[in-house]
Amino acid sequence: MTETLTKVVVDCSTGTQEVVPLTAAEIAELEAAADKAEADRKAAEEEAAAKEAARKAILDKLGLTAEEAAVLLG
Amino acid sequence: MPSPTYTLIASNTLSSSAASVTFSSIPNTFTDLVLKGSSRSAGGNQAFAILLRFNSDSATNYSDTTIEGSGSAASSYRESNSVYGYITNGNVGSSATANTFSNWELYLPNYTVNSNKPFADFSVTETNATAAKMSADAGLWRNTATISSIVLTDNGGNFVSGSSFFLYGIRATA
Repeated sequence: MTETLTKVVVDCSTGTQEVVPLTAAEIAELEAAADKAEADRKAAEEEAAAKEAARKAILDKLGLTAEEAAVLLG
Repeated sequence: MPSPTYTLIASNTLSSSAASVTFSSIPNTFTDLVLKGSSRSAGGNQAFAILLRFNSDSATNYSDTTIEGSGSAASSYRESNSVYGYITNGNVGSSATANTFSNWELYLPNYTVNSNKPFADFSVTETNATAAKMSADAGLWRNTATISSIVLTDNGGNFVSGSSFFLYGIRATA
């Protein structure tokens, strides 16, 4: 069974609350936003991994451990 | 402690899951708005953003600068022409400890003045694991209209039942 996505609308002038099914356009927009967030998350992970690899390469070149580099940097 | 000018306008605690929560017909009789929440996503990551829209504006009128820390790493990023504002870690996801919720606060100063609207929010994930996150966002909605509605959307799919939202108005004292 397909889940029906809904939105809750709270009317601040009356205090009433209504549960409304999302339209197809709203669902498509949510899916696009989720896809973008996932792509951003993966890009951030890849950037962090690349930075870590570059940092390790420099330390290896210098013959230092991460702990020794931390001591040098104070 | 909140002063007597700190007034609850409306609140909602979800009795079943929902993709978004809207506060509509917000009165224009306050100086600032504060929205507090405790929420969780049904989505499968450690944490998800809550997407923000004011007055249903879906144009690229939002910018957001974020700092984020996890205890072992820190990062910062920016979006200049987004179709959403963000509460970056507003929702723990189903990868976090069961039955825990993120806690967050969104502050909207001078929401009725005829100028662009800055906003700020702070969020923390509540999880009994090592990857808890905290973040702060500095945002701007480039629109001069009075804010009369706020839409909060879970970027992970659905806010789970029990997620709660409280909208307060703050009136400047004379």
